[in-house]
Amino acid sequence: MPLIDKRIVKHVALLSRLELNDRELELYSSQLASIIGYISKLNEIDTTNVPPTSHAASNLKNVFRKDVLRQSLDIKDVLSNAPARYDNFFKVPQVIEGK
Amino acid sequence: MAELFSLTGHDLLRRIERGEVASSSILDSVFARIDRVDTKVNAVVKVNRQQSDIAPKTGRLAGIPVLVKDNICVKGEETTCSSRILEGFRPPYDATVVKKLKDEGALLIGKANMDEFAFGSSCETSCYGPTRNPWDLERIPGGSSGGSAAAVAADETIMALGSDTGGSIRQPAALCGVVGLKPTYGRVSRYGLIAFASSLDQIGPITKDVEDAALLLGVIAGYDEMDSTSVDVPVPDYTRSLQKDVKGLRIGVPREYFVKGIDPEVEEAVRRGIEVLKELGAKVSEIHLPHTEYAVSTYYIIGPAEASSNLARFDGVQYGYRDKDADNIIDMYVRTRSKGFGAEAKRRILLGTYCLSSGYYDAYYLKALKVRTKIKEDFDEAFRSCDCIITPTSPTPAFKIGEKTGDPLSMYLSDVYTIPANLAGLPAISVPCGFSSEGLPIGLQIMAKPFDEETIFRVAYTFEQATDWHKRKPML
Repeated sequence: MPLIDKRIVKHVALLSRLELNDRELELYSSQLASIIGYISKLNEIDTTNVPPTSHAASNLKNVFRKDVLRQSLDIKDVLSNAPARYDNFFKVPQVIEGK
Repeated sequence: MAELFSLTGHDLLRRIERGEVASSSILDSVFARIDRVDTKVNAVVKVNRQQSDIAPKTGRLAGIPVLVKDNICVKGEETTCSSRILEGFRPPYDATVVKKLKDEGALLIGKANMDEFAFGSSCETSCYGPTRNPWDLERIPGGSSGGSAAAVAADETIMALGSDTGGSIRQPAALCGVVGLKPTYGRVSRYGLIAFASSLDQIGPITKDVEDAALLLGVIAGYDEMDSTSVDVPVPDYTRSLQKDVKGLRIGVPREYFVKGIDPEVEEAVRRGIEVLKELGAKVSEIHLPHTEYAVSTYYIIGPAEASSNLARFDGVQYGYRDKDADNIIDMYVRTRSKGFGAEAKRRILLGTYCLSSGYYDAYYLKALKVRTKIKEDFDEAFRSCDCIITPTSPTPAFKIGEKTGDPLSMYLSDVYTIPANLAGLPAISVPCGFSSEGLPIGLQIMAKPFDEETIFRVAYTFEQATDWHKRKPML
């Protein structure tokens, strides 16, 4: 059984909010199959009882800033990059169906 | 006298100090050079000719032009990661490294080309078209900081900043014949660096020699409360590490880095480089990093997984490109992302999403995190018996444009020697160590323990002073 096929790539594209045409679907399915075939090499290593490393920095701890009032970015500057805006809001197409 | 654009930062700083050169003439020289050669090299995507007069006249980099990779935010300057999806984005704030450069009087002359979102080893996935290698315009400069490295090699800037997630500073530095350093994970703040893979990314210098790298790292390093992964370790004066002395220094050479796939000319140049250090009194011994062959697989799970998550923010809502034809929000996300991202970005988002998706998470992502532990332990063990590790930076010199674009896996394998330092969080530098018979630069990589950039600078400086590879310039 292949590790990845067109059906799975289609599902992953949906999760990724990407739309693939037939040519892309064909191409990515075969390329991802070869990449995943290669990376499956990791199964050669016994990792029983090996803890995962999510980052390499030692002694990092969660950082909280002091709860004091301070200057934020100006709202005009923040909104200046918005593709669409309404007053002090980012404007997007309809989210909830109905009237 | 040599053209000003061809000089190093430390040389120019001394000339400015002696009153021999004005920073305005350096700027003129660099801009004229960009105008003359960048139509061939395509390393610079934006030039900022409006240099404000408010730049401080004093500071460690006062009057020195610096080019910044296009994934580092400069307030008010378009910053796109060489991607269509960020077209027109003008950051409302400066990255911490940019603020530090400005505070020290550096002149930010523009933005450097790169692989889209730093996804690539060849600078071919940019929406601005490929950057070309100044040593051979038919070849790639390496990537993803290919624009930064090519610009330094072509004397289009005095210094540059790049970012390195799997070799993106060191590999292009090697392929363009310049110096590139990836600092320890946590050494330099990433605030304002548009994220690719947050457990791997670091910003670092790309320069014409080791002294400039030490100077530039000294400016950008340090703890930053805006980056919770930056580490509060004091920043030493790295220029004090620039000593010609490796007597008694223990160099480890990993057997696993000299195997099938390495170009014989690369192996010869690197082995000759190691001999140079040995003759200067270093003790060289063979070491083992047994999990080396699993590094690429581990990286191509962790990197894309983190990228797929980081790139979820590009949805057409807050900045950049938005498809205007959608009539509901999901459709808007899908159309925006499908049109805005290039092919390699889509490939990595799909790969990363697959590795994180329900049913595959344990088999791929969690497995890769565990193998990462094994790779890190290899280095912990190795550094018990040596002070630094020397390897090639890239298995081959620069390849031809288009040679690997049809086969992503072969492109990924060109990062085989640089990826382990990112996975283990180690500092690593690439310095020029020779040329192939076709006249292409070859790089030697030096890795050290976390936060031991000083040993790297000492070894690299000693090597550089004993050789003159870094002084060669491409004909343009």
